[in-house]
Amino acid sequence: MMASLFIVSKDIPQWLAAMAKTRKVFATQRESGAIIFKPYDPGREVVFERESVTSCKEAVFPQTKVLFSYFVKKNPETGETAGVAIEESLNKPAPQAVVFGTRPCGTKGFLTFDRVFDCDRIRDPYYTSLRERTAFITLACDRPGATCFCHWVGGAPDDPKGSDALLTPVEGGFLVEAVTEKGEELVNEARSLFAEADEKRREEGAAVRDKAKGMLTPKPDLTDIGPALEKRFRDLDFWEDMTAACVSCNMCTYLCPTCYCFNITDESDGQAGVRLRTWDACMSQQYSLEASGHNPRPTRAHRMRNRVNHKFWYHPKEYGGVISCCGCGRCVKHCPGSVDIRRILLTALERKDEDAE
Amino acid sequence: MSQLTELKEAIRKALPDLDLVLGWREGYDALHAPPYHIRRQEDLEHLVFGPMCVNNLASQLMHLRGKKVGIIVKGCDARSVVELLQEKIVNRESLVIFAMPCKGVLDVKKIRRALDIDHAREVHFHNGTIEITSGDKTSSVELKDVLADKCLRCHYPNATEYDHFIGEPVEPRVSAEEAAADPAMEELAGMDLTERFAFWKTHMNRCLRCYACRNSCPLCFCRDVCLADSRDPHWQSQETSVREKWMFQMIHAMHLAGRCTQCGECERACPVGIPILLLKKHLNAVVKDLFNYEAGIDPTATPPLFTFKVEEENIKEIEL
Repeated sequence: MMASLFIVSKDIPQWLAAMAKTRKVFATQRESGAIIFKPYDPGREVVFERESVTSCKEAVFPQTKVLFSYFVKKNPETGETAGVAIEESLNKPAPQAVVFGTRPCGTKGFLTFDRVFDCDRIRDPYYTSLRERTAFITLACDRPGATCFCHWVGGAPDDPKGSDALLTPVEGGFLVEAVTEKGEELVNEARSLFAEADEKRREEGAAVRDKAKGMLTPKPDLTDIGPALEKRFRDLDFWEDMTAACVSCNMCTYLCPTCYCFNITDESDGQAGVRLRTWDACMSQQYSLEASGHNPRPTRAHRMRNRVNHKFWYHPKEYGGVISCCGCGRCVKHCPGSVDIRRILLTALERKDEDAE
Repeated sequence: MSQLTELKEAIRKALPDLDLVLGWREGYDALHAPPYHIRRQEDLEHLVFGPMCVNNLASQLMHLRGKKVGIIVKGCDARSVVELLQEKIVNRESLVIFAMPCKGVLDVKKIRRALDIDHAREVHFHNGTIEITSGDKTSSVELKDVLADKCLRCHYPNATEYDHFIGEPVEPRVSAEEAAADPAMEELAGMDLTERFAFWKTHMNRCLRCYACRNSCPLCFCRDVCLADSRDPHWQSQETSVREKWMFQMIHAMHLAGRCTQCGECERACPVGIPILLLKKHLNAVVKDLFNYEAGIDPTATPPLFTFKVEEENIKEIEL
């Protein structure tokens, strides 16, 4: 890690503008009360005071990704199909990108994506082409809220994992620490905006981080969460009770930095069309609907069981014990029914010695 | 006896004949009260009632068809129940309604703008203010500044259809005329078409197609066979372009014309603050104008779009 630097708040737009010259920059902006990630617009204020509603998932895993476009050629005489012309979207290189102001939990979401989309078994070019070109300038969290639980799942309000640079809010500005070479490069390109951070500022930064950690509530031991969930697998009464407030919408999965399920559809308009990869959600009835008409997950209870089990049981089982939840709390905070995934986990743990009837 | 004790008592007596009762319980902080199912007498200890009970429990009735269900309703929620009865989606005999007169519910987004509520441990209401203890800090704000918009113009605080009415009816906050005067609607009406187009385009661009609005709606009953997801027939592309998102929202609104009781759950559920209730209010105003009808008031009335007259009083056929 390079030495700590300091940038005053009012110079942040200049830094963003410098990066935006050659890159696509995503930053948190306020629209109609909601803080969301959007392409940086110099005319709009970048807001940092709280975690954004949408995560930065869109930057690397866009909600709609055109895989290719096609055109079905017809023989004008007979009307018969005479071949299909295909244009691959991968042939157009993705621009370099920077995600600015995501919290450590959101940034770490992509570590889950990496395990799935870029591993020994598979290397998904649509994902990796964007992933490689995207840098993350993360903002350490100075006031975790009631829905935050990054520390339950191995995170921390100042966790630099997955980030290229880490900012810490201090009086009048931000402490800046590059974590990777990419991060160092982004700082050096606008080096005149940064000053060396003196000891007082560094101490202030450390105090801000310590204070944030102190605000976290005591964490439970999740070592046995897999077996505990396994015990409740057939206990549909448990899942019914846990999902009484769920409306089975897709919001929790769409706001989630680690939910990576997708749908692939052909969207035709006459002879032309596109094959799309779009976000999908296991909370939706169609997700598990089979061609026969049978649905193995017919109710919201079945579907929530899958969502929770996937993050805390199936994924860890598949990927060396790593839980695929980053603890950002978006699914709790923004859920229209305030469904609390932590309550589901704690109740399952409480009942881990109890067999289903 | 407090209102809550009285409510618990009424449920306690009714519960043996019911599969479950829909209520609100304490949430992860003092400002949230998620819906829950009361199945056993011991579940009653979690029951809460107050301005944090924002969810319209009628949204769940469709899932629970075939069961004998008790439901606690505020005045506005009762209108959804009435509409469901009018449309014969819900059967009155399998329903026990516990009516709670309501003085308004909180808009947590408004509170968040006014106060630090990151760790809301305690909430107290007195003399028109709400006092919130977040962490070790206590602060307060006037209740009228943080009530949901719909509550500030509420003309129906008391349920009209019920089996048990708990406590005393409350006076409506405003008259029917005042309830109809909506500054947000007036603002929209004041825009010319280009401005209005730009207004909706900006808002719809933010839509995630997460369907929280659709699924929170007590009257959106297609749910799992919604045209927004259907592949056969293929009405909508899965693309998340503003065109597709806007199209979905327009269809959603059209399907609620004259049915929507303006409970506001769609707009409350929206994570990115799209004012989608405006579309429904507009269509309701049109229905009111044409048919002099308001949804969810009279259980015996037939909603205008569920019937037809050869000659409508207020719709003039094009003269040839």
